[in-house]
Amino acid sequence: MALELDDVKRVARLARIAITEEEARSALPQLHGIFSLIEQMQAVDVSRVEPMSHAQEISLRLREDAVTEADQRDRLLAVAPAVEAGLYLVPKVIE
Amino acid sequence: MHDATLKQLSDALAAGRCSSVEITQGYLDRIRSSGAEYNCFITVDEARTLAQARAADERRAAGHAGPLTGVPIAQKDIFCANGWRTTCGSRMLANFVAPYDAHVVERCDAAGMVNLGKTNMDEFAMGSSNETSYFGLVRNPWDKARVPGGSSGGSAAAVAARLAPAATGTDTGGSIRQPAALTGICGLKPTYGVCSRYGMIAFASSLDQAGPMATTAEDLGLLLNAMAGYDPRDSTSLERAPEDYTRLLGQPLAGLRIGLPKQFFGEGAAPEVLRAIEAALAQYRALGATTVDVDLPNMGLSVPVYYVLAPAEASSNLGRYDGVRYGHRAAEYRDLVDMYEKTRAEGFGPEVKRRILIGTYVLSAGYYDAYYIRAQKLRRLIAEDFVQAFKQCDVIMGPTSPSTAFEIGAKAADPVQMYLSDIYTIAVNLAGLPGMSIPCGFDCAGLPVGLQIVGDYFSEARMLNVAHQYQQATDWHRRVPPGRA
Repeated sequence: MALELDDVKRVARLARIAITEEEARSALPQLHGIFSLIEQMQAVDVSRVEPMSHAQEISLRLREDAVTEADQRDRLLAVAPAVEAGLYLVPKVIE
Repeated sequence: MHDATLKQLSDALAAGRCSSVEITQGYLDRIRSSGAEYNCFITVDEARTLAQARAADERRAAGHAGPLTGVPIAQKDIFCANGWRTTCGSRMLANFVAPYDAHVVERCDAAGMVNLGKTNMDEFAMGSSNETSYFGLVRNPWDKARVPGGSSGGSAAAVAARLAPAATGTDTGGSIRQPAALTGICGLKPTYGVCSRYGMIAFASSLDQAGPMATTAEDLGLLLNAMAGYDPRDSTSLERAPEDYTRLLGQPLAGLRIGLPKQFFGEGAAPEVLRAIEAALAQYRALGATTVDVDLPNMGLSVPVYYVLAPAEASSNLGRYDGVRYGHRAAEYRDLVDMYEKTRAEGFGPEVKRRILIGTYVLSAGYYDAYYIRAQKLRRLIAEDFVQAFKQCDVIMGPTSPSTAFEIGAKAADPVQMYLSDIYTIAVNLAGLPGMSIPCGFDCAGLPVGLQIVGDYFSEARMLNVAHQYQQATDWHRRVPPGRA
């Protein structure tokens, strides 16, 4: 599959990473190289194979529906870039 | 004393021959005088470290010491440690002071170990040379013009240079084993699920695993005993009976069957690397082992499969870095999306951005089946090859890395060349199997060669036995870089 400049910009938007025209242009050959590597996967027939996400056959554990977290709001807010009145401050979202 | 093993330090402390403060001060002095030469530490906090050492000595005086109480180790800067700057090698977290401890750090603290500092690493664990760190590259103590490997390059260099007797590392595609091989030390990645990932900054969740790095197999076992354990806060953490990973060390090797996959001995490996591996295998035969050829037919696809799965999972995990709750935030922005885009453009380095872009692409609408699902299916085939191979052998061996330590900058131009450094290690992560690297010789330039040992699920104790018996008959693991003795 041939990756084009517009694809790079579209994907950067999806990933929420600002990218200049220059950066997109210089990323393209490197991304092409990586995609050539990935294309090797197409050579094998996997029609009868199940996807594998974990080495062990386990399912997600369940637990009691009870409160286990302590109130750590102050400690967690202390590492935030901008806070006010116990809330994270961000640019206005709703017009 | 700085060339002591964890075992020797433990014995010395137990016998009262020295205190944790003395041992710790010794390492801190070495770090202060030569740490910058290799750039293996991002954060050192002598006051905090010595306070831990004093507490360990007090605990010993009160009669509550365990085998590793008072023993200092270094922590890879991917583990959140309460009150310590935790950067993951990135500008995104350059000033992030973790408000909690990772499970692995909690367990080390509970054992009474002392934290010597946070070691340098490839940014967000993405790399095989420790050249992508925001805090500068790490130099190999065997040759400072060369890389130590990555992503746990700082931990590896610190142990190799005897600035720490052991360190924690993480391994997603080889990031413990490959730097261990390139710096002549021992490193183990346990079976997926053995160590908790809680508080371990996530790269690729289905592949990431914490593990010990040290100078001997015995020490790997001692440190793994401390690090391993069930943690309900990690949904992939396995609930199993606790085990003593050092319990089989003394077992003789007679009857051991070593599987040799032809895929590990092909054209890709440097001749001098293969020569050292062959010499190690001859030593194993002398110890009573036999070798058998095995076949891992799908192993050649492991690098492409990994470079779909790992970036995909990384693109999801690194979505949390948005400048809202922690980490870097851009200074100026028009609106929320602009804040996200600028924060992430500024906070991430080029390799991280590359992988996020790849990951976002392969997960996007229309491509998910062709790339991500296909890679998950190939992953099953790769894992099943190992299951079949372990019917004929007890452990699998081969080179850890296709080459010895390469020069700084040698693989910077083409990311794919760098990715191929992990050609022998990646399949082990895809399968979730335990893997380790131990030193087995040198090339003509005096650079270390690592032997990779892969075991069946949960066979870490047996693998450590296999390594330990080799280390009783050889002394590669005792070699120290020139000038570091």
